[in-house]
Amino acid sequence: MAQEHQAQLFEFLCRMGDNTLVLGHRVSEWCGHAPVLEEDIALANTALDLIGQTQMWLGLAAEVEGKGRSADDLAMLRDVWDFRNVLLVEQPNGDFGQTMLRQFLFDAWHLAMLTALARSSNARIAAIAAKSVKEVHYHVERSGDTVIGLGDGTSESHQRMQKALDLLWPYVGEMFVADAVDDAMASAGIAPDLAALRMEFDALVKPALAEATLTIPEGGFAHKGGKSGFQHSEHLGHLLTQMQWLQRAYPGASW
Amino acid sequence: MKPGVEAIWEWLDAVPDPEIPVISVVDLGIVRGVVWHGETLEVAVTPTYSGCPATGIISMDIETALRDRGITDLRITTQISPPWTTDWLSEKGRAKLMDYGIAPPRAAGGPECCPRCKSTNVAQISRFGSTPCKAQWRCTDCLEPFDYFKCI
Repeated sequence: MAQEHQAQLFEFLCRMGDNTLVLGHRVSEWCGHAPVLEEDIALANTALDLIGQTQMWLGLAAEVEGKGRSADDLAMLRDVWDFRNVLLVEQPNGDFGQTMLRQFLFDAWHLAMLTALARSSNARIAAIAAKSVKEVHYHVERSGDTVIGLGDGTSESHQRMQKALDLLWPYVGEMFVADAVDDAMASAGIAPDLAALRMEFDALVKPALAEATLTIPEGGFAHKGGKSGFQHSEHLGHLLTQMQWLQRAYPGASW
Repeated sequence: MKPGVEAIWEWLDAVPDPEIPVISVVDLGIVRGVVWHGETLEVAVTPTYSGCPATGIISMDIETALRDRGITDLRITTQISPPWTTDWLSEKGRAKLMDYGIAPPRAAGGPECCPRCKSTNVAQISRFGSTPCKAQWRCTDCLEPFDYFKCI
């Protein structure tokens, strides 16, 4: 029983850390390519926050696992099928608008999740969440404003944002579908009930998308398989070949 | 023999922040504790932002400064709770930031005035700046851009 709980806790912590790791890497791909200097800096800073949060989540995951692995081992030496991030964060950047929409959808979930985790029964998790949520408040303010600005912008920017929303909305559902790990975390008071989280997400996201004059696609279809590790999209493998290249080519390299 | 904790705080107040060298790590409020455990000195440090690359350098600078003072049995620990807040910036540090050209943080969410000409007509350029802890603003009177130390 205790062993099963540790395994589920490890799984939960990998989900938190893999989300921030994969999105952090994706966002860092913009470094030097953003449309204007201020946005380039903002994206790089967001990526930096996410990678910093990854170190805390995967560091704790490695400790809980107790097999002598480090946060770096988990980040750099696992293969696609061991990653537990949601499919949303591994989707390619697309144009700047698509990147910011993906960021907003994730930030809104992240904010609600971390706010709840700051009250976790697990003190270590509560401390990481309380630290991270301050940074995420800042992220969501910016991504939300940008989505509104571009959605309710020119006809070109509006059309691109609508296209991005049509593409990314089906990835929202996975963040709120509870499985055995989520149920175990919720009943132990470690993590929140995901159905309640969805209400907070909707209360933030729906008015913002309305203000952005964007239409949420109909239907409740959700792409799934990322956080369970059952089936990632092909994009994750390509991302890992870049992110993990150095440790794969020169095992144990450090400086 | 063992230097007192007050003296050690003073020495640490001479260790500059690597990104904003006019203020010390004590001004920044990231040194959370200085305690002797027998012969071992423990210095607790909290990161400003979780991904701030200066964090590692800061621990190294603290270690170097204390070793120079003859403290060899030293343990630097990272403490993330309670999370760092700009409320911990010292008054001395705030004044130094202003002189240096960085508007200090304010609970109201923006700079009080332009650090150069002191005009209160200021506007935000971007929520993010050259380091995780700063945002970019500009003065609409003297037209100079400046850094604002974000309030978190």
